[in-house]
Amino acid sequence: MCSKTECFTLKEKQRFQLRNPPMPDELKKRGVQQEENTRRWRDSRRRLLKIMGVAGAAALAAPLAPGLLTRVAGAPPEAPQGQDAGSGGEGESTQRLRRWAMVIDLRRCDGCQSTGKPPQCTQGCIEGHLVPEPMQWIQVFEYEVPGGGTQFVPVPCQQCQSPPCVNVCPVGATWSTPEGPVLIDQQRCIGCRSCMAACPYDRRFFTWGKPPAPPETLLADYRPEREYPLPRGVTVKCTFCADMARAGRLPYCAQGCPQHAIYYGDLEEDLATNGEEVVELSSFLSQNQAYRLKAELNTKPRVYYLPGHGEAVGRDAYTKGRMDTRWPWVERVKGAKTWSRSGPSQ
Amino acid sequence: MEPVGPVAVAEYRERLEKRVLAPLTSTGKGYYLLVAALLAVVGWGAYAYFTQLREGLIVTAMRDRISWGLYITLFVFFIGISHAGTLISAILRVSKAGWRVPVTRMAEFITVVALSVGALMPLIDMGRPDRLQNLILFGRWQSPLIWDILAITTYLTGSILYLYLPLIPDLALARDRLSDVVAPWKRGFYRILSVGWIGTDNQKRYLVIAMTLMMLVIIPVAVSVHTVVSWIFGMTLREPWNNPMFGAFFVAGAIYSGIATIVIVMALLRKVYHLEEYITPQHFINLGYMLAGFALIMIYFNLLEFVTTGYKLAGEGEMHFRELFTGSLAPVFWFYTLGGMVLPALIIVVPWTRSILGVVVASVFVDIGMWMERYFIVVGGLRLPTMPYEPATYFPSWVEWSIMAGAFAGFCLIIAVVVKVLPIISVWEVAEHYEDEKVIARKDAEGVLAGRLVAQHPSSRPFERSREVERP
Repeated sequence: MCSKTECFTLKEKQRFQLRNPPMPDELKKRGVQQEENTRRWRDSRRRLLKIMGVAGAAALAAPLAPGLLTRVAGAPPEAPQGQDAGSGGEGESTQRLRRWAMVIDLRRCDGCQSTGKPPQCTQGCIEGHLVPEPMQWIQVFEYEVPGGGTQFVPVPCQQCQSPPCVNVCPVGATWSTPEGPVLIDQQRCIGCRSCMAACPYDRRFFTWGKPPAPPETLLADYRPEREYPLPRGVTVKCTFCADMARAGRLPYCAQGCPQHAIYYGDLEEDLATNGEEVVELSSFLSQNQAYRLKAELNTKPRVYYLPGHGEAVGRDAYTKGRMDTRWPWVERVKGAKTWSRSGPSQ
Repeated sequence: MEPVGPVAVAEYRERLEKRVLAPLTSTGKGYYLLVAALLAVVGWGAYAYFTQLREGLIVTAMRDRISWGLYITLFVFFIGISHAGTLISAILRVSKAGWRVPVTRMAEFITVVALSVGALMPLIDMGRPDRLQNLILFGRWQSPLIWDILAITTYLTGSILYLYLPLIPDLALARDRLSDVVAPWKRGFYRILSVGWIGTDNQKRYLVIAMTLMMLVIIPVAVSVHTVVSWIFGMTLREPWNNPMFGAFFVAGAIYSGIATIVIVMALLRKVYHLEEYITPQHFINLGYMLAGFALIMIYFNLLEFVTTGYKLAGEGEMHFRELFTGSLAPVFWFYTLGGMVLPALIIVVPWTRSILGVVVASVFVDIGMWMERYFIVVGGLRLPTMPYEPATYFPSWVEWSIMAGAFAGFCLIIAVVVKVLPIISVWEVAEHYEDEKVIARKDAEGVLAGRLVAQHPSSRPFERSREVERP
C-alpha cells in the first residue's frame, strides 16, 4: 500500500545493494555490535534520561512495535528472493527492507517552552550522538505563520530519497542506504563542501577546526552511523538513528521529546511510534494533512510534518522564542576551539 | 600599403628577431627586484596556506552557511581569465583576423598560467587535501566537480599543446640564434623542445595541420570548461544559482575578463620590452572593440536575469534581489554593473577616450568588476538563507586575503619567468604576416596596372591560394 515513488521494486533494491555492496552486510553484523558500543557510555546517559522522563517512554515503545523487535538481532534486512516488496504476509515481512520514516507532529511541539529547557530533541541528539559543538543535527527553527504568530519546527536531516547532496559528491562519500537514511563516510570525504551547497535544508555541518567533542568519542570505533571520532575538515549530519531502530529503539530526538511529538517508524510495515502510541503510518499521514519541507524541490524527504504550532500542548502561536541549545560537555573539553555556524563575527 | 622588396622584408625580420629575443638574453636589475617582490608575496601566501593546513579551515571566514568563499571566487575568476588565449588565438585564427598575430602568444601564455593558478584554488579550498587521491580512487561521473576536473585537465593539456605548437619554429630560432649567448641549460632546453625543426616543407605542412586541428578542438573545450564551472553552482537547488542561463553567462564573462587581462598584460610587456612596432595602438583599439562588444553582451545577460527575477520577485528570489540591489551586497553589485560593464563600454565607445590608456583603464575596471561578480555569485548565492535563520556573514580572513595575494603574485611570477625563457611574440607568424601583407600590396599594385577586373576574379589570383598552402 505504498505510493509508486516510495516503493522499492526488487530491481531497485538489488541495484542499491550492488551500488553500495558493503553497507547491508556491515549493518547486519553491527546491529549487535553497536549495542556493545553504546553500552559503554549508556550508564552515564541513564541518569539524564530519567531527568528528561523519557526512560519510561522508551520502555513503553518497545512492546508496541513488535515488528521492530523481532528483527533486532537475528533477521537482518535482505532483498526478498523472487517476490515483490509490497506483497506478503507476516512470515515474509522479516525479509522486507525497512524504510525508515519520521513524522513530527507540530501540534505537540512548543519548542520546549513549557519545560523551561532548550529543545529536548536537540539536546537528546547531542548527548546520544556526542555531537560536537556547534552542530545541531536536529534543530528547532521558528517559522512565522500567517497572523503574526510562529510555529516551532524541529528539522533533522530530511533523509531525501532523491538527495541532492548525494548527487554532487565527487567521491561517493555520502550515499543513500537501502533503508532510506543518507549517510556520510567521514573517512572518505575530501571536504569539498559541494554537498553543503547542495542541501536545501541547511542540514550539513562541517568540522572547520578540530571538533569540540567529548573525550569518549576518541575511544570509539568509527562507523558512518555513529560519526565519531570525527576528523577535521569533513561533513557531518544526522544519521536518522537507523542503528537504534534496528535495535528496537527510538532515535534520541524522539526519546528526548517530552511532548512525544516525534514519531518514528517503517513505511514498509506501515507503523510508527512516538514512544506513547503506535499509529498506522499511512493513514496517520493522510488523515492529518501531513506535508514535507520544500516538497516542490522534489527531494522526496522521509521526514513528514503535521501542521500545528504546539496547540495540543497548550502553546499559543504568539509566544515567541525558546532557549538556546547547550552542549553538556562544554566544560569537559577545555581549550577546544568552537565556531559559529553563521560566520566568525557572530 | 607601400610595396616593398625582399631586402626590406629581410631587414624587418632581423629587427623583429632581435627585439623579441632580447628579453631571453639580457636581464635588468628591475626584473630581479620584481621577481623578488613577487616571490615574497607568494611566500606570504604559502605561509598563510601552511597556517590553514596546521589549524584547519577554521582560520578562514567560511562557515557552515557560507561554506564557499574567496577561494572558489578566485577559482571561477582565474578559470575565466584563461579564456583569453582561446578567444584571441583560436577564434581569431578561425576567422582569419590578421591583426591577432602579435598578440596570440601572450594570450596563450595567460591561458596556461591562469588555468594552472585557478586549478590550484579548489585544492586550497579542500578540507582534506590529504585525501586528494580519493578523486581518482572513488571519482563519480555524476558529480559536477568531477566534470570540472575532467574539463579543466583537458583544457590545460590542450592549451599547453596549443601554446607549444606555434612555439616550435620560434624555439628553433632561439636554438639557432642564441646558442652562444645563453646558459647551457637553456641551450639544451631549446634544442630538445624545438624537436629538430629546420623549417622543411614537410615540417611546415604537419605543423599547419596540427595547429588547425588544435584550433578547432580547443574552442568547444574552452566553452565546456566554463559551462561546467557554472554547473558547480547551477546543479544545486539554491535559488540564485538555479538559472539555466548560467553556463552562457559564465562563458561570456570568462571571455570578457580574458580580453581585459590580455590588454593589461600586453600593455605592460609592450612598455617593458619596447614592442611598440609590433603591438600597435590598433591592437588595443581592436581588443577594446571586442571588450565593448562583450560588455554589451554582459549587460544584456544581466538585464535578462534581473528584469525577469526582479519583476516577479518570486519566492526566495526577492530577498536575493533586494540583497544585491540595496542590501549588503549592493556596493559589490553596483561596482560590477557600473564600473565593470557600463563604464568600460563607455570609455571605448566614446572616441575621445578610445586610446591605449583608455582601453587599459577600461580593462582594469573589467577585471575588478568581474572579480566582484564572481564574489557575489558565490557568496551571495550561499548567503541567502535556506531555512528561517538570520543571513550569515562572510568577510574573508587574513589567511584568505593572503592566499589571494599569493595567487595573483604567482600568476605574475610565472608570466615573468616565462617571458625570460620563451619568445613572447610569435616571430615566424609576425614575419610571415608582414610578408603576406607586403606581397598582397605588391600584387594589388600590379592588379591595378593589369586591370581591376582581372585582379578581382578569384581564378585570376592563383597566388592567393598558393599562399595558403605554403603557410607553415
